[in-house]
Amino acid sequence: MSVEGSPAFRPEAVRALCDSQLRANFRRAMDGLVAKRAAVFTDPIEWRELRALGASLRAGAIARLPELLEELERNCVGNGIRVHWAETTQEANAVVLAILREHGASRVVKGKSMVSEEMHLNEFLEHHGVESLESDLGEYIIQLDGETPSHIIMPAIHKNKGQIARLFGQKIRDARYTEDVDELTAIARRVLRRKFFEADAGISGVNFAVAQTGTLCLVENEGNGRMSTHVPPLHIALMGIEKVVERLEDVPPLYSLLTRSATGQMITTYFNMITGPRGPEEKDGPLEVHLVILDNERSRIYADVELAATLRCIRCGACMNHCPVYSRVGGHAYQAVYPGPIGKILTPQTEGLDRRHDLLHASSLCGACVEVCPVEIPITELLIRLRKEATHADPRSPVRGAGGGRRRLEDLAWRLWATAHRNSRLYRLAGLAATRLRHFLPARLPPLSAWTSTRATPRPAPRTLHELAREKGVPDA
Amino acid sequence: MPEEARERILRKLRTARGEPVPEKKSNFGVLERKTWPQGERYARLRRMMEAVRTEFVETTREGWPSDVLDFARAQGLSAILYGPRTTEGVRLASSWQAGAGPRLVPYDRSVEEIKRELFEEIDAGFTTTRGGIAETGGLILWPSPEEPRLLSLVPPVHLALLDTERIYDTFWQALRAEQWASGMPANALLISGPSKTADIEQTLAYGVHGPKRLVVFAIR
Amino acid sequence: MAGRERPEAVYYYGTCLVDLFYPEAGLCGIRLLEREGLRVIFPQAQTCCAQPAFNCGYHDEAREVARVQIALFPESHPIVVPSGSCAAMMKRHYPALFEGDPDLRRAQAVADRVVELTDFLVTVLRVRLTDLGDQARVTWHASCHALRDMGIDEQPKRLLAQLNNIKLVPLDRERECCGFGGTFAVREPEISAAMVEDKAADIASTGAATLVSADAGCLLNIGGRLEARGDTVRPMHIAEFLWERTRER
Repeated sequence: MSVEGSPAFRPEAVRALCDSQLRANFRRAMDGLVAKRAAVFTDPIEWRELRALGASLRAGAIARLPELLEELERNCVGNGIRVHWAETTQEANAVVLAILREHGASRVVKGKSMVSEEMHLNEFLEHHGVESLESDLGEYIIQLDGETPSHIIMPAIHKNKGQIARLFGQKIRDARYTEDVDELTAIARRVLRRKFFEADAGISGVNFAVAQTGTLCLVENEGNGRMSTHVPPLHIALMGIEKVVERLEDVPPLYSLLTRSATGQMITTYFNMITGPRGPEEKDGPLEVHLVILDNERSRIYADVELAATLRCIRCGACMNHCPVYSRVGGHAYQAVYPGPIGKILTPQTEGLDRRHDLLHASSLCGACVEVCPVEIPITELLIRLRKEATHADPRSPVRGAGGGRRRLEDLAWRLWATAHRNSRLYRLAGLAATRLRHFLPARLPPLSAWTSTRATPRPAPRTLHELAREKGVPDA
Repeated sequence: MPEEARERILRKLRTARGEPVPEKKSNFGVLERKTWPQGERYARLRRMMEAVRTEFVETTREGWPSDVLDFARAQGLSAILYGPRTTEGVRLASSWQAGAGPRLVPYDRSVEEIKRELFEEIDAGFTTTRGGIAETGGLILWPSPEEPRLLSLVPPVHLALLDTERIYDTFWQALRAEQWASGMPANALLISGPSKTADIEQTLAYGVHGPKRLVVFAIR
Repeated sequence: MAGRERPEAVYYYGTCLVDLFYPEAGLCGIRLLEREGLRVIFPQAQTCCAQPAFNCGYHDEAREVARVQIALFPESHPIVVPSGSCAAMMKRHYPALFEGDPDLRRAQAVADRVVELTDFLVTVLRVRLTDLGDQARVTWHASCHALRDMGIDEQPKRLLAQLNNIKLVPLDRERECCGFGGTFAVREPEISAAMVEDKAADIASTGAATLVSADAGCLLNIGGRLEARGDTVRPMHIAEFLWERTRER
């Protein structure tokens, strides 16, 4: 049964389509990112081999998830990193708060972390009297405006310069109005520098967690990640269970695939590898480093070998950059932490098919995402699989909310379709009818009206190919 | 409660699958093939890094301390933070002339003691590097008790010493050649340029939270 | 597929959209093959490759209909399909659809022999075309499934390149989806409409008189939009286009 009151993609998509500023912003931004990516993957053989390597490394890690997580924990602990586990986002929030309370920390600076968005961490911490300030410029901008990210790599991609200038002018003390990008950046630098200086704790995500060495890898361009994880005396890192990789040497190819797929960079400004808190003789670095490992339904996805491919994702965003749907409606229309193609397969699995089966149809199955996924996630195949799970209430189905998108009318429609098409005589009869009655198609009735409102009514030909072939004397089998 | 979560999660994962999925061995051939002749690596590294606004000063094994000093004076950098207990730090300090010109400030106390000065008065941080990466451009740094992490992060200018004979083809090659997996420091990092962002209308802006300038003193 | 030997005969699987909306194009495909000396067999019992039901997750219904299709090709001849999406359904998805089913062997045998029409013309028959038509400006839309699931990219262009009297003007966004996506067009009609409008505008701006494509779904979709806009660009299936340009008058 579909859950009433669940978010619905279509109305939000329609709203976005009518917002010409938003459409223009997104189109321009996506075109730019597509071009940047293409410019660094010019050798088709290198691309094919590198992504095959990426797919194999990620699939290999997912296949051994429990052992690798235990190895990761063992090595992290051996390095002095305290490891915590959380099955749900509520548990994760509680763990983070407990650590902060233990240290009397009330001022947090945050690096970008999509897992923290799943947790609604900022809201939770604010509610408990902890200031949690986003330090990545894009995240800082949307936090100022009380919004959520619309893209997993460039969270403020839906805003243009003018909108940001107005926002800074209104919300930042002593900031004079400017639309100059360098000046806006300097304002943010000034504000955040103070915050890095004063913060009691820094919270970050994790791009790759290496089981072999107990190392947390963070990818960034701005320096806010290093500031958040090295300046305050306490660092808390958040990761989903799927972020573990087996060996240190697995990191460089995955890192290369990530930066090139995401923003067309061969390398980011910083690649930060944390293997412990401040050493006994070190002069800086956090005195304590904590790692929180979050499940939030990923273990369920893991249980199905086909659907587990969802967990390979390295969060590059290439899929959404190339998606003809995402590039027209932007991220907010999906009403999910993860938008775009990866969001369409991940969100229904974590939130339940009964709540978010709407996302499964936000796709024409064009496959542009599959073509660019650096770890070869067969997104369109998984969409089809999830559509099957959504429309059939199989008690053995491993997917959350299976059958939750089932509609009696649709069941009937496909039964009728099957009846008409498995009997070739019935089919040819229907073809005769459609061609002879072609001027009488019920074009104004749904579902056809959805088509004919913007297109000329499709008219069947006067005779079918079956008829023409027979007439022409083309031999039957 | 955290203890329980661990058991719950691992139990779910362990019981989830029937037979283990056969593993395909990963083929790293594409990385093995990325090599450049020794002589070309520096040129490539420099080109890649200059494309993201890194500055280069070519120098020599003997002359780099005075080149650094000259640069600092010419740029009006009045306080340079450095690690006094490295070989290079010692050389830098001994080449420095007291009196007029930039002040050399030793990072010889914990960050708690030096924090305000670090954030508000230091113009530049000087560090050595472990090497570089040709494929993408990039410097390899392993911060240490002698050369702490914030040297290459907090001051608005980062002065980095690079031995151009220690440039690897790729990150993968560097990590394997030096066997990082057998012992990682608490912090290791790659730096490819001054800090930057494209979050405002995808327009590149430099000098966000990390250093605004990265100057590489390349020993040739 | 490349360099495969010429067969003596082929099966022709027209596809349901061609059957109902573009039968002339379907017939042109048969003519193109017969002109090369092949014996073309058209199993009259063919209906639909079952892609619509499959894409919507109704795999039992899809299998029922697919089971009928796979029984139509008892001999070992190649199965030529004038549609990349239908060819992809049969080639890429039939084996999985019949996993654990007694008909798996037969489904796999069919999948192995399926080949898309332009691919067959170029790589197996290596057709030589002589353009007998007038000067014309045309543009090409690359259908998603043909492109990404069947690797049909160069083949149609190689065929069009042999026509000396046409000028092929590329689209700005040749590879972007036209918004058909089967049921997508009726489930998310607003997004589909936005996509087909962009595609139609792109086509109109090329100044081409003809839009050529190898997928009937795309043609139906884009053609419908072009007509609603009042554009005079004529949508044509590549089989019909090639036949019309090269047949003896």
